Amino acid sequence: MTNATVLDDPVGGPDDPATAGRAGILRGILRRRSTVVAGGFLLLLVACAVLAPVIAPHDPDAQDVLQRLQPPSGEHLLGTDDYGRDVLSRLIYGARVSLQAAVQAVVVALLIGLPPGIVAGYWGGLLGATLTRVMDALMSAPSLVLAITIVAVLGPGVTNAMLAVGLVMAPRFFRVARATTMDVRHETYIEASVALGCSSLRTIGRHILPNVMPPIVLVISVSLGTAVAAEASLSFLGLGVRPPAASWGSMLSTASSNMGIAPYLVWPPGVMIFLTVLAFTYLGDGVRKGMLRSRSAGSKED
Amino acid sequence: MLRYAGKRLLAAIPLLFVVPLLVFLLIGLAPGDPAVVLAGDNPTPERVAAIRDQLGLDDPVWERYLRWVGAALQGDLGTSLLSDQRVVDMLTRRMGTTMSLVLFAMVMAVVLGAAMAIVASLRPGGLVDRLVNWLASIAIAVPAFWFGLVLASLFAVSYQLLPAFGFEPLSAGFWPWLSHLILPGIALGLLPAAEVTLQLRSALGQVLRSDYVLNARAKGLSRRAVLFKHSLKNACIPVVTVLGFRVAEVLAGSVTIEIIYNMPGLGSLAVDSVLNRDIPVLLGFVLFSTSVVVVVNLLVDISYGYFNPKVRA
Repeated sequence: MTNATVLDDPVGGPDDPATAGRAGILRGILRRRSTVVAGGFLLLLVACAVLAPVIAPHDPDAQDVLQRLQPPSGEHLLGTDDYGRDVLSRLIYGARVSLQAAVQAVVVALLIGLPPGIVAGYWGGLLGATLTRVMDALMSAPSLVLAITIVAVLGPGVTNAMLAVGLVMAPRFFRVARATTMDVRHETYIEASVALGCSSLRTIGRHILPNVMPPIVLVISVSLGTAVAAEASLSFLGLGVRPPAASWGSMLSTASSNMGIAPYLVWPPGVMIFLTVLAFTYLGDGVRKGMLRSRSAGSKED
Repeated sequence: MLRYAGKRLLAAIPLLFVVPLLVFLLIGLAPGDPAVVLAGDNPTPERVAAIRDQLGLDDPVWERYLRWVGAALQGDLGTSLLSDQRVVDMLTRRMGTTMSLVLFAMVMAVVLGAAMAIVASLRPGGLVDRLVNWLASIAIAVPAFWFGLVLASLFAVSYQLLPAFGFEPLSAGFWPWLSHLILPGIALGLLPAAEVTLQLRSALGQVLRSDYVLNARAKGLSRRAVLFKHSLKNACIPVVTVLGFRVAEVLAGSVTIEIIYNMPGLGSLAVDSVLNRDIPVLLGFVLFSTSVVVVVNLLVDISYGYFNPKVRA
């Protein structure tokens, strides 16, 4: 949102806590070194995923049975798998699957969780109570078990698996959206907006949503990490990505069945999953602390 | 206390019915004919018809659901679509493996996590404290199934210190049972152990700064006595909460760990049932997992009452 749109708005303005101090949040986030390192790593990962066809030394699906299960060498930097495919290339293409899957899952969770959360927080009542009950039930079911069940019904595949993971993660978004909406629901500027005759949709879009988004960004960051790990588990079990496509999880499944002959296969995909999850965790942590800092700084200025 | 526990139990039971209902609704909402999907590749019309009949797909969803609930209440979860075995028998045969694994992982998480947190709290802000905190926050990002693979490859395949695969029941002797659990248990317990460490450390930090601890110290009690006699019990509440949440995740994590270590538990059964679209077995597994979660939540709630009598009211 730019400054001009804020000034157009009769109710919003510099006092609106949603628009004040956004630059402060960013500055607070960038001040922490671990956050910058985590963010840099993730940017690099995205670049690798996008540029995969350019930087991968080999075709990730090209089989060479004579070269199967070769340990790392000059030709194959990370060795080859049981079909003689280049592990490094598969690792690079695997980043595509992991990131795409994570984004898919989080978008699903956002779509299923956020609007009902705002509705439940804004109007409450029977509808709000029902939605809360359903989300609570969803939340207390064991997540991977539920995801496996959904994959069983829809059939294996990355998209279905991520639909399942997204559904399982939706209650987090619901809870945060509902709680934040309830927090600001009775603030003066919201009531002013209603009193001025703004429609509920406009009030929500202009005044509630900007308040809900910062904590949601935090949930998004943490959920991206969870989704990467979930995709890996499901693909490891053969419920995610379909062969021959490479995914870090399915590469670990190959490693598992060739553990005796090719122990080196265990490391590359695992380290990548670990680092990616860690980076998303640190990023989320940095965002949270940056928000806390800018909020406390903001209240001091008042 | 008993009344409090009863109230919590009544509040927890509906979940047992809601989660299977979600599964039924999902099957009902799924695009296409589930029976065709269930019959696998190139199904014969007879197989599709048999599956439709067995699942009662020609009836509305709620009728199927109620029939399943009615049978489940009498201890009948139907028969497997693949093997014609009773689902209840399949579950009970494999339950011991999974429960041993989950229990071992949780015990390890509590023992290791508590030890780390207590050692770290002895000198707040010291080198050990920072090291423990750093290790635990990194351990949280390690995927359990990858850690399981690494442990298996190092200790079972390369050095052959411990058996890598399979499972022995407790009736086969204590050491065979334990030795098959150590590696998978550590893999599965790492994440909850790290969480227990972080939670207990931060709770202890708060309790150790409180007035009554200061008072106990002022009376001349040693730091150690204050820690063990006055602080631990109060610091346990957030830890128990985390553990309660974690049991569901550990149970889910046991699925991948059982596959890696080739353990004949519920997890491998669940994956097989998914790959073969064996819905009755899957429903049985879902019901079992949900029951475990419900029971654990109940224990957590009751333990709140034990740790903090104020909750009981």
